[in-house]
Amino acid sequence: MKRLGEAWQGFKVGTWLGWQIESNWTEPFLFAIYSVIKPIAGVLILVFMYLIVAQGGLTNPLFPQVFLGTTLYLYVVNALSGISWAVQDDREHYGMLKYVYMAPMHLYGYLLGRGMAKTLIATISVLITLSFGIAFLRVRLSFVNPGLFGIALVLGLAALAFYGILLAGVSLLIARHGWVVGDVVAGGLYLLCGAAFPISLLPWPFRALGLSLPPTYWFEALRRALLGKGLNPELADLPDSAILLILAGTTFLGIALSLAVFRVAERIAVHRGLLDMQTMY
Amino acid sequence: MTWSFWKTFLRTVAGRAYPRLIGVWREKSWLIFDVLFPLLQVSAYVYIYRAIGAPPEFAGFAVLGGAMIAYWMNVLWSMASQLYWEKETGNLQLYLIAPTSRMAILLGMALGGLTATTVRAVGVLLVGTLLFRVPLEVSDGALFFGVFVLTMVALYGLGMLLSSVFLLWGREAWHLSNLFQEPVFLFSGFYFPVRALGFWVAAAASVIPTTLGLDALRQLLYPRLMEQFRFLSVKAELAILAGLSILFLFLARLGLRFFEDLARKEGRLTLRGQ
Repeated sequence: MKRLGEAWQGFKVGTWLGWQIESNWTEPFLFAIYSVIKPIAGVLILVFMYLIVAQGGLTNPLFPQVFLGTTLYLYVVNALSGISWAVQDDREHYGMLKYVYMAPMHLYGYLLGRGMAKTLIATISVLITLSFGIAFLRVRLSFVNPGLFGIALVLGLAALAFYGILLAGVSLLIARHGWVVGDVVAGGLYLLCGAAFPISLLPWPFRALGLSLPPTYWFEALRRALLGKGLNPELADLPDSAILLILAGTTFLGIALSLAVFRVAERIAVHRGLLDMQTMY
Repeated sequence: MTWSFWKTFLRTVAGRAYPRLIGVWREKSWLIFDVLFPLLQVSAYVYIYRAIGAPPEFAGFAVLGGAMIAYWMNVLWSMASQLYWEKETGNLQLYLIAPTSRMAILLGMALGGLTATTVRAVGVLLVGTLLFRVPLEVSDGALFFGVFVLTMVALYGLGMLLSSVFLLWGREAWHLSNLFQEPVFLFSGFYFPVRALGFWVAAAASVIPTTLGLDALRQLLYPRLMEQFRFLSVKAELAILAGLSILFLFLARLGLRFFEDLARKEGRLTLRGQ
């Protein structure tokens, strides 16, 4: 019970601190613009690619699927990069990780809190980007299955948060590659999980890898819930319940794995004196 | 300016370029990440083009754009933000008291960064071309090289200018560099021909040298396809790039002096963790 209390305390502090670090460098209005420009620019790249090449331009049936996948991907990049980057930032930049570790709160909860702050920012970006798509790009979200949407969203976000913790564990042990870990894994998921194109286009080893990753089922479930159909022909025969079951199974597997990896990494980091490492990389 | 000034100038350029050149080989695994990371994004865009049935040349657009992104990222993170990093690590004061030209320091940073980034960009171009069997045929090698060189001079000139502007900032520098990624990928047409944005938007985006550079390079690689997508003629783009090169280097010199004075007056040169 005491450990749970410490984890909660860490989560609250991590969320508050993460929000301050991300947002208080400028005025709230400028911060709001900053949070919106990047994702909308990312979506507009796809818009122009479609306008130039795709038959029917934005009315091409693939476009809403790609738009939705790319918008939801904001959660992936924010959660994964955000949590692993928090370790690098606190340890190498601010030199605060050792003090966080000494404080009467759990590091795991604290890092989840840092991820929560990034998830809140991602949520703002996702909502505004979706509104932009509905208003200007004629994307129609029909909330075909609100239940599926709610369960899939929560499961997917939980999976992403705990993958972020896993990467944070890895980041505790490395210095020279810490800045790139989250981005590379997030970039890999964009390619492998069908965020922007059907994974049937990938060569089979990559396709198989994509099918073993939870975000593939997360994107598929959310597309079915919001657009009425998925993107990947490989998953077309699976009912919604099977998609949810696979997503839930792989999420819980991911949580167990992340707990194990983080615990081992934390022990090694303490043993080797890596918590206050400052390499200037 | 005396011989001694130029000798110090050149030694500074070489001295500042050295760590960037040696850094490429010091941690070889970085090279893998530096090629792999942009390649993930490039691959995704190639597959998006394939999903919508684009001709194979569009894969070439994405691969070339991915290679050129390496330079823009280098300008953002290792030129524009560099003096911010130096401030955070406590090196900036050493630069400022060194008896040498600040322009020489920035030039050394640019030359070292340009060379190191070329290794990564070539990696992205080679792997991307082989992986996706992208057709690449340069119609005029000398012109292609000329466009590339002028794009780089103008781009790194812009980097030197941004570096002096960023001298004033703390965490804003980091966030602004972050902000100048996707929007610039969009307006410079890194993944699609910039003409799609419309003439006036493309004209405004031409202030970023990669906009014109990419358009010209694509025209030289895919002349037939680019007939319907080109923004300006290659010669016009070359002339504008030459103008931008001179303008940015001149403004960088002025900006460095102005912003250093301002940062000194406002006491921002030694602020850390801001």
